[in-house]
Amino acid sequence: MGTFAYFPHTEEDIRKMLKRVGVGELDDLYADVPSEFIRKGDYDLPSAMSEQEVRDFFESLALANPKLRVYAGIGAYDHYTPAVISYITSRSEFLTAYTPYQCEISQGTLRYIFEWQTMICNLTGLDVANASMYDGATASAEAMRMCVAASRRRNTVVASKTLLPNVLHTMRTYAKFAGINLVETYDVMETVCEGTLDLAGVIVPSINRFGIIENHSSLAQAAHDAGALLAVYCDPSALAVVKTPAEWGADIAVGDGQSLGIPLCYGGPYVGFMSCTQALMRKLPGRIVGQSTDADGKRCFVLTLQAREQHIRREKATSNICSNESLMALWCTVYLSLMGTEGLKRVNELSYAAAHSLHDALMETGRFEDPFEGQPFLKEFCLKPLIDAKTFQEALLEQGIFSAVQTKEGYVSFCCTEKARKEDLETIAQVARSI
Amino acid sequence: MRYYDKLVFELSRDGRSAFSLPEAPAIRLPESVGRKSNLELPSLSEPDVVRHYTNLSQMNFGVDTGFYPLGSCTMKYNPKINEEIPGMFAGIHPLEPDCAVPGIKKIFEGIDRALAELTGMAHFTFEPCAGAHGELTGLMLIRQYHISRGDLARTKIIVPDSAHGTNPASAAVCGLEVVEVKSGPDGLVDVESLKPLLGPQIAGIMMTNPNTLGLFEKNIAQIASLIHGCGGLLYYDGANMNPLLGVVRPGDMGFDVMHLNLHKTFSTPHGGGGPGSGPVGVAPHLVKFLPEFGNEGELRVSGFHGNFGVILKAYAYILMLGKENVPMAGRLATLSANYIKESLKDCYKLPLECICKHEFVFDGLIDDGAHDEVPGATTLDVAKRLLDYGFHAPTIYFPLLFHQALMIEPTETESLETLDAFIEVMRTIAQEAAQDPMLLHTAPHNTPIGRPDETAAARQPVLKWTKSN
Repeated sequence: MGTFAYFPHTEEDIRKMLKRVGVGELDDLYADVPSEFIRKGDYDLPSAMSEQEVRDFFESLALANPKLRVYAGIGAYDHYTPAVISYITSRSEFLTAYTPYQCEISQGTLRYIFEWQTMICNLTGLDVANASMYDGATASAEAMRMCVAASRRRNTVVASKTLLPNVLHTMRTYAKFAGINLVETYDVMETVCEGTLDLAGVIVPSINRFGIIENHSSLAQAAHDAGALLAVYCDPSALAVVKTPAEWGADIAVGDGQSLGIPLCYGGPYVGFMSCTQALMRKLPGRIVGQSTDADGKRCFVLTLQAREQHIRREKATSNICSNESLMALWCTVYLSLMGTEGLKRVNELSYAAAHSLHDALMETGRFEDPFEGQPFLKEFCLKPLIDAKTFQEALLEQGIFSAVQTKEGYVSFCCTEKARKEDLETIAQVARSI
Repeated sequence: MRYYDKLVFELSRDGRSAFSLPEAPAIRLPESVGRKSNLELPSLSEPDVVRHYTNLSQMNFGVDTGFYPLGSCTMKYNPKINEEIPGMFAGIHPLEPDCAVPGIKKIFEGIDRALAELTGMAHFTFEPCAGAHGELTGLMLIRQYHISRGDLARTKIIVPDSAHGTNPASAAVCGLEVVEVKSGPDGLVDVESLKPLLGPQIAGIMMTNPNTLGLFEKNIAQIASLIHGCGGLLYYDGANMNPLLGVVRPGDMGFDVMHLNLHKTFSTPHGGGGPGSGPVGVAPHLVKFLPEFGNEGELRVSGFHGNFGVILKAYAYILMLGKENVPMAGRLATLSANYIKESLKDCYKLPLECICKHEFVFDGLIDDGAHDEVPGATTLDVAKRLLDYGFHAPTIYFPLLFHQALMIEPTETESLETLDAFIEVMRTIAQEAAQDPMLLHTAPHNTPIGRPDETAAARQPVLKWTKSN
C-alpha cells in the first residue's frame, strides 16, 4: 500500500490496531461476511489521480461546455451572487458540521437557521418557517401532503396547471404513490367552487410559469369555504415587490430559495422553503429551530418540536425529511443580510426594467405575438413566436446566449435579471429580426 | 469557543447597506398584485455582515475542528479539492440543451459508471437530494416495478426494528404499510421471524447492512432468497455503506435497489444539515424506471438534475481514491471502529461481543456512579461531557434496541493519535462518572452555552425574531 493523503494510518499503526482488536490482518475484520461477497481483484475504476490531475480533469470538462449568458428562468434565475457569500459558506465550521444535534457546539448553525426562518416569515408574511426543504419542487409536494394530513380524512388537492412543469411533475409523482388525488387544472377557482367533498388543499403560483403575476383575490376565501387550505408557490426574490402569500390569505407558502443569489450550477444544490400559519405549526415537515435559554439563563437556540420528526415518530412522522439544505439556507440568509429590503427591491427594479425593455424590443421586431398582453410580469415573460422557435433558440446559442426556452404551448420564455447586458438584449432582438 | 449573542436583525441600522447596484426606475405593477406590507430585512454594511457570520461560525464544531464520531453519519474528512470544482460549473442553467452541456453529460456518465462498479448496480438516478429522499425514490421504483407487472397487492414493506427512523417514514410517504421484523439476540434480523411475514402483499424489505449496530447481516443471502422467492425486492439503505466501500458490493448480495449518501461515503461535507445527495442505483431489470434511463412510470422527485454541485465533489473524491486506494477505505474505517470498541469495553457496556464494521453501540457506562440520592451518569451526560474535552459526541439513544445507546463511528480518516486521545478521554469520563456523577449531570462546562431548556422551547415555541424577543 502506498500512502494516500486522506488515510493517516501507517503500516505500524495498522499492525498495532490489529493487535488490539485481536486479529491478524485487515480481511479478518470481514470474517462474518460470506467469502463469495468479498471483492477479489481490482475494481474497474480509473487509477488514482493527483490533485492537479483532478483539477485539470474537471477544468477540461467545464471548458467543453460553451459558457452561455443566461436569459432564461423557468425556476432557475441568474441573479448576481455577492462575493461575501461563498467566503462565509466555505468556512469549515459551517461547511463540515453535521445537523446541529449537539446544540452547545452548534450555535452558529442554529442561529443562522433561526435568522433564515425569520427572513422567510418576513418575505412570505406567514408566522412559522422550517429550516429548509430540498428544493421548490419537493417543498410543493410536501405542501400537498401537509394539506391532506391537516385535513385528516380529505384526499384531494387542486393544483394550478400554471405552476412550473417540474414542480407539478414532482407533485404528481409524490401524489401517485401516496394515493393523493391531485387535480391539475387551469380553472382553479371554478374547480374549488364546484365543491368536491374531500378537497384538502389548493396550490397556485404567485408568479406563474409564463412569468405572469397571478391575481388570487378571493381564492383563499373560496378554498377555506370548501374546507381546504391554500398554498402559494412563490419566488422569494420577487416577494420584495409582489403580493405575499399571506396577503393572498394563504395558509402555506413554498418555493425555491435559488433566486436569493444561489448560482445556477446546473440545477443544484438549491434550497426549498416552507412557511405556514401558526395554526399549522405542528404539521410542518422538517427541522425547526427555536429560541430557549440555557441553565445560566443565556439566550440559545435548539432544534425544537421534534415530536413531528421521523427519528421520534418513524412511520407517523409529518415527513421523512432528515438532511435538508442547511448550507444553502445560510447562503440565502447572508444574501438577504447583504441586500436588505432596499437591495432586494433594487434587484427587482433592474430585472423588471431589463425584462420590459426586452419584451418591447422583441414585440417591435414583428416576429412575436403577446398571448398575455396587458397582464403584469416582473422579470420573466412568454411570447408566441411567428418564427421557428427552434431555429431562433439555436441562433441565440450561436451568439452565446441561452434564452427562448419553448413551453409545451409553443411559446418561448425569456427572463432578465439585474445581470442583463444592454448589448445582449439588442442581440436577442436582432437575432429574431434576422430569422 | 466564545459566546456571541447577536442576531443579524439586532445589528441593523437604517441607512446602511451592503449592496452595490445602479439606480433603477420604479416598478409599475397594478396595485392588486403589489406587496403592501412592509418587508423587514436587516440594513448592514458589508463588514458588519462578514463579522457577524464569522462570529457565528466560531460557535460551531465541524470535522475540520475536531473528531466527530457521530454514529451512522460517517463524518469523514471533506477533501478541499472537492470544494474547488462546483465553481467551474456555476453559471450553467439546468435547462440548457444537451448540445450546450457535453462536459456535464460526461460527468454524469462517469460517476454513474463508477458508482455502478462500486456497488454492483446497473445505473443510478441522481435526482434525490439526500439519503431519505433516496429511500423514498427507491421505494417508488420498487412500487413502480410491481405496478408495471400488474402486481397491485404489494403494499407492505418489511423494515427491521433496528432501522434508521427515515426507513419507516419514507415507506409511509410512499404509501407503503410498514411491517416490522424483530432482531434476534445476536442483533441481526431474525430469519425465523421474517418467514411468516412473507407473502403476496410484500413489496420488499429495507435493509441496512451492516445494520445500525454496526453488525454485518451475515444471513443476507438467505434473506435475499426468501424475499425474492415471495416476489419482493430488496432495498439497501446506503447510510452504512462506508465499511463496504472497496470490499463488498450490495448488488452482489442480492439487493435490487439502493441509495448512497454522497455526503457520507463519498466525502462531501454535510453543511450543517445539507446539501446532501442520495443517488439511487438499481439492478438491470429496474433501469427502465429511472428518470435518466427511459423513465417508465414518469418519475420525478426533484426540480432538475439533483444536487449537481454535490455530485461533482463526490466524483472528485472517487478520482482521487482511484482503484488503488478504494480497497482500503472500508477496511480502515472498520479497523478504527473495532480499535475503539476493544479499547473501551472495560468501561462501557458492550451488549454484543463480536467484530463490528464501521460503527458499534455501547449501552451506557458499566459504573455510572449512582449512589444514595445521586442518580447515575447517563449516555446524555457522557455525550455532554465529551464536548468539554473538545470532541463531538457520538450518536445517542439510537438505535432504540438499547436504552443507553452510544453509537460510535470514527471513519478511516482519523489518525491513531486522534483515536487514542478519544479513548483516553472516554476513560477519564468513565472515571469521573464513577466518582462524581454530578460533574457529568451538569456538563458541558466549557462550551459557549450550557444545556438548554428544550422542554420550554417546545412548550412555548419562539421560532422567529421579532423586536420584542
